[in-house]
Amino acid sequence: MRALLLRDLRLAFRAGGGFGLSLAFFLMVAVIVPLGVGPAPATLALIAAGVLWVGALLAALLSLDRIFALDYEDGSLDLLATSPLPLGGVVAMKALAHWLTTGLPLVAASPVLAVLLNLPAQGYFWLLVSLAIGTPALSIIGAFGASLTVGLKRGGLLLGLLVLPLYIPTLIFGAEVVKSGAAGAAIGTPLAALAAITAGAWAGLPLAAAMAIGANLR
Amino acid sequence: MSIWEYANPKKFMETSALALPWLTGLSAAFLGAGLFWGYFLTPDAAKFGSTVKIIYLHVPAAMMAISAWMMMLVASLIWLIRRHHVSALAAKAAAPIGLTFTLIGLVTGAIWGQPMWGTWWAWDPRLTSFLILTLFYFGYIALWQAIEDPDTAADLTAVLCIVGSVFAFLSRYAVLFWNQGLHQGASLSLDKQQNVSDVYWLPLLACIAGFVLLFVTLVLLRTRTEIRARRMAALLVRERSA
Amino acid sequence: MRPACCRYPDVLTAQNVAVARAGVMVLAGVSFCLNAGRALILRGPNGAGKTTLLRAVAGLQPIAGGVLTAGEDDIAYGAHSDGVKPTLTVAENLSFWAQIYGTDLAASAMAAMQLEALANRRAGQLSAGQKRRLGLARILVTGRKIWVLDEPTVSLDTASVVLFGSAVQAHLAAGGAALIATHIDMSFAADELDITPFRADAHAPVLSGQFDEAFL
Repeated sequence: MRALLLRDLRLAFRAGGGFGLSLAFFLMVAVIVPLGVGPAPATLALIAAGVLWVGALLAALLSLDRIFALDYEDGSLDLLATSPLPLGGVVAMKALAHWLTTGLPLVAASPVLAVLLNLPAQGYFWLLVSLAIGTPALSIIGAFGASLTVGLKRGGLLLGLLVLPLYIPTLIFGAEVVKSGAAGAAIGTPLAALAAITAGAWAGLPLAAAMAIGANLR
Repeated sequence: MSIWEYANPKKFMETSALALPWLTGLSAAFLGAGLFWGYFLTPDAAKFGSTVKIIYLHVPAAMMAISAWMMMLVASLIWLIRRHHVSALAAKAAAPIGLTFTLIGLVTGAIWGQPMWGTWWAWDPRLTSFLILTLFYFGYIALWQAIEDPDTAADLTAVLCIVGSVFAFLSRYAVLFWNQGLHQGASLSLDKQQNVSDVYWLPLLACIAGFVLLFVTLVLLRTRTEIRARRMAALLVRERSA
Repeated sequence: MRPACCRYPDVLTAQNVAVARAGVMVLAGVSFCLNAGRALILRGPNGAGKTTLLRAVAGLQPIAGGVLTAGEDDIAYGAHSDGVKPTLTVAENLSFWAQIYGTDLAASAMAAMQLEALANRRAGQLSAGQKRRLGLARILVTGRKIWVLDEPTVSLDTASVVLFGSAVQAHLAAGGAALIATHIDMSFAADELDITPFRADAHAPVLSGQFDEAFL
């Protein structure tokens, strides 16, 4: 298991691994939005929480099809499926590698982008907390989506169509934490809900994704 | 004689052929009677005027939009557990019907909302939930269409349906939390106080029965089409390999 | 019931096995057994169903009929594609699989396939034949008893084929077994099974579950 995680991390950092692309995309969103809605600080402060969360969501989405596609194309997925590792564990490790290489950098970069979007000062802490708790859910839900489309030549668009509806609860509760936190309101309920979604998704989705991969390899 | 016998395609075709004319007739009768009764034989409501009558389409369509997804969920579970092809095909057949009901619910809601709330669309929790349900239907149908091998497609869509159900349920609560809205409460409930008055209630029940029957009829019809398509595909394979 | 040819200790037995591809029967009634220390070579023209049969043996797809018995965790599967990661070095590729299978055979496998000189080279820079040797070294690394190999000698030169032959021989001598689909003649003694006669009647329905759910 650990070997698989380390291998995936190594592959992501080596040339052609695509590390950093999601981060650049996240930055792009934070730059593009003010250019679209105008520079008024009050407007930006109002939408900052939502934009940052939507940006994180899209940035995660962008790199999802890499989770299994490369291993599927070069035959590694067949070999992993016949290896002693349980397929659910393979899914979980690959999702974890995805989170470490895309989710975690997004969390780390978010305060800088929050400056660009004029997020109220009180919101910074909750932005970090909500992204840290919520982005792992994005990775495992995305891995589930990628497991459905792994056999398809052009699965990218379909992957977005399948995954984005599944991201809705995470997005709502995640953005709510930041909004309420920035406004100084209570954040207990959305934060608990966000954590519950992440925990539930990590508990259940690896098995569902393993089923889907099994069906796709047949 | 077990109920699972009907999962045999041949048996299913025989039985559904017998049932279809009756179901068609019944759904036409209930829908015709319910709609006529509702639109022409009930008084205008004091507060809402004649616009209220759109509930005869709106409420049953919305109920069936959710019921159709539930039926797909049950059919998907049956496919995954018992591997009955007819079950998978019935889930596939139900999806576009459910999507259509969802769209009818959204459009009639918008038409009603305009005079009532002064807007075609509001991000009310119910409306938003239905919009999200539409997205789930789109994804489900798109996945069926994208995958060539029918059994793989059945497996993957079944898994998506189950996972999607959980997340659709979560979305419902997330959306409720996100925005407390302006949609009125359920039009039908066991609590008599909150119900719409009897004058509207009976025709509405007739319309709901009509929509249920219509749904069953259409699902049977489309499942038969899917079975025939599978037969065609099998014949083509036989032809090629002969 | 075991096929008459089987004698103990057999490690892999197929009894009347049928396999389907994309919902169409490809092979039916395939019976064979593989004894420890023996190799079985599957023959048959392209599209006969060799790959499908091997994938079924490896557990990647369900069989459509019959009985297939193999010891649990005995099989190492080598597919058409080697699953080699181009950005990892030869040594990294092998040690990854050694860790997955929990063995320490990476170095000896590298030696057996004469890859030591290439150990620190990126797999992406290898020639097709070298990459194939790396793929075969991966099979050695698994330390498993039954090798299930699909066209293992593709893109190997004559010397490498001999190298592969001696690796298989060493494996058999150590009590292992191998099921190999190939077109060429191997340098070691092996049983052969031509699967052409088992070609399934495409009219035959693919059965699933307890019910005959044929669409025809």
